[in-house]
Amino acid sequence: MNTPLIKLENVTINAPSTQTLGRKSKLGDAAQHSVLVNNVSFEVASGEVLAIIGPNGAGKSTLLNTLAGDHEYSGIIEIDGLQANPKARARQLAVLPQLSLLNFPYRVSEVVGLSRIPHSTGQQRDAEIVQEALSLMDISFLSERLYTELSGGEKQRVQLARVFAQIWQAEDAENATRVLLLDEPTAALDLGHQHQLMRSIRKLAEQGVAVIMVLHDINLAARYADKALALLCSERLAFGTIDEVISEENIRALFEVDVHIAEHPEHKSPVVIGL
Amino acid sequence: MNSIAPNRQFKRRVLFVGAVLLLPLSFLMALAFGTINIAFSDTLISLLSVASNNDLLSRADLVIQEIRLPRALLSAIVGALLGICGATTQGLFRNPLADPSLIGVTAGASAGAALTIFFASSLSAFTSANLLAMSGLGLVSLGAFTGGAIAVIIVYSLATNQQGTSVATMLLAGIAITAVAGSLTNILEFFGDEEMLRRISLWRMGGLDGASYSRVLLAAVVGSVILLILPRFSTALNALLLGESEARHLGLSVQSIKIKLVLLVAAGVGTSVALAGTIAFVGLIVPHMVRLSIGPDHRYLLPVSALGGACLLLLSDTIARTIVSPIELPVGVVTAILGAPFFISLLRRRHEFGIR
Repeated sequence: MNTPLIKLENVTINAPSTQTLGRKSKLGDAAQHSVLVNNVSFEVASGEVLAIIGPNGAGKSTLLNTLAGDHEYSGIIEIDGLQANPKARARQLAVLPQLSLLNFPYRVSEVVGLSRIPHSTGQQRDAEIVQEALSLMDISFLSERLYTELSGGEKQRVQLARVFAQIWQAEDAENATRVLLLDEPTAALDLGHQHQLMRSIRKLAEQGVAVIMVLHDINLAARYADKALALLCSERLAFGTIDEVISEENIRALFEVDVHIAEHPEHKSPVVIGL
Repeated sequence: MNSIAPNRQFKRRVLFVGAVLLLPLSFLMALAFGTINIAFSDTLISLLSVASNNDLLSRADLVIQEIRLPRALLSAIVGALLGICGATTQGLFRNPLADPSLIGVTAGASAGAALTIFFASSLSAFTSANLLAMSGLGLVSLGAFTGGAIAVIIVYSLATNQQGTSVATMLLAGIAITAVAGSLTNILEFFGDEEMLRRISLWRMGGLDGASYSRVLLAAVVGSVILLILPRFSTALNALLLGESEARHLGLSVQSIKIKLVLLVAAGVGTSVALAGTIAFVGLIVPHMVRLSIGPDHRYLLPVSALGGACLLLLSDTIARTIVSPIELPVGVVTAILGAPFFISLLRRRHEFGIR
């Protein structure tokens, strides 16, 4: 059993109070209902891939963004060896947001090159890393195209390459702590590239990167993740190994659909079949 | 490795060298052309003799050294400030249409300047005229800076959220601020005396005919500070184009960078408004042209936009002085005539920038 790299204990996140100015008393009751994540705990070791699953609005993205440092929370979030300095932290932790709205005509290689801002590895090495990340995402041929002219799926792969390049080398990260947070990384990808992405994520995990990703495709989660966290209505429904979490009862509770769970003929992972 | 990569690098060099060469050329044209045209060779000779403190000044020397030189210097500095501030605003708002004059910053700065003129003139009885000229100019600049800063902050907080800046909200906020600032200035004009009226209306039209060496000095001091500091934010602006949280995840202190950029832009636009009035569209046209040819990387965009802005304003002012000579048009009229069709064509192609 690995010692956990990332540890959350009783984490609760409230909705940011944007409308409390001068109207606090009225909204007092409403604020109590706007808990986005309630009392969630889990652990991820380095080299592990955790999939967060659950219905829309369950708090998956909020939890991920909180790990990225974007929201206030109560409870304990510990990432072992993570630096407080923002630049040092950026060398250890990279985030893929759900939606990217870059609308300036950068070349693809320039977009991916932005990931090296927190690093000081030199132009030469940075350019090599950009090319390696592009080739990992199978988009070397797009290197000199304008980002604004790409299709949705191609843009997604560029953003993924950017996030990978940010934590490309263990030696750039203090204490070799590397964390990857991905919000629906497969959303815009075709079937082939979904699997290719998952294999790339596994490759990074083998090098000791801890990966936490929000996934809607339960079968992808079942096949490629080590652990799963199921969130329902802001609360933890289940956390554990894939076999523990992906059960017929849990899927029914999460998504209100009846399913049958079979075994993958080759990988022995559970496969969810809708009934 | 690939054939297009050196292309952008090559274009960057060509454009940079081109802008560097165009600047002295447009400067020379601004000196040589006017109500009386002076040959380039005589202009150069006169320019070189500025330092020699010659008592025997010819008429051409007088025109160049006393009238056209301060004006050309002021045009170049104000143009450079407008170009670089436009490029910065667009990066900050993540929006290629965010020009300081369209989003109310210039109007806010004008109102600030007008307010200062109005209230400072009541103090004038106590100070000697010469001192007043310098301190008054500084005071007006400070007022313009404050007005501009308030306008940027209002527009930014209204129009920008996690997903970036809404163009519609940004332009509407600009209209609102321009209206409020405009009516404020109107009230001041209504109550102001003849002299104030003349000065305020000069600001509103935007002209460089008030150029003097004291203005050049102020422009040079503020201008060099801003032109030296802003390029240090190139990397931060590059990352900000991805989005604010993305920039934060790249290790940038986004909030403090935003505040510094807003203050620098307000200082740049405020100074240019205080010295030359409302000159629209330079901050829109120049960065856009530069971005079209060399891309949005601010390490190149900012310096080339500054150079391009200086060239554009020098040439526009030369046109303004000569086209209906001996009458001079305010330069703001010329940049507006050049800029408005350009802006409309950008609006027509807004989908290319991913703007809804």
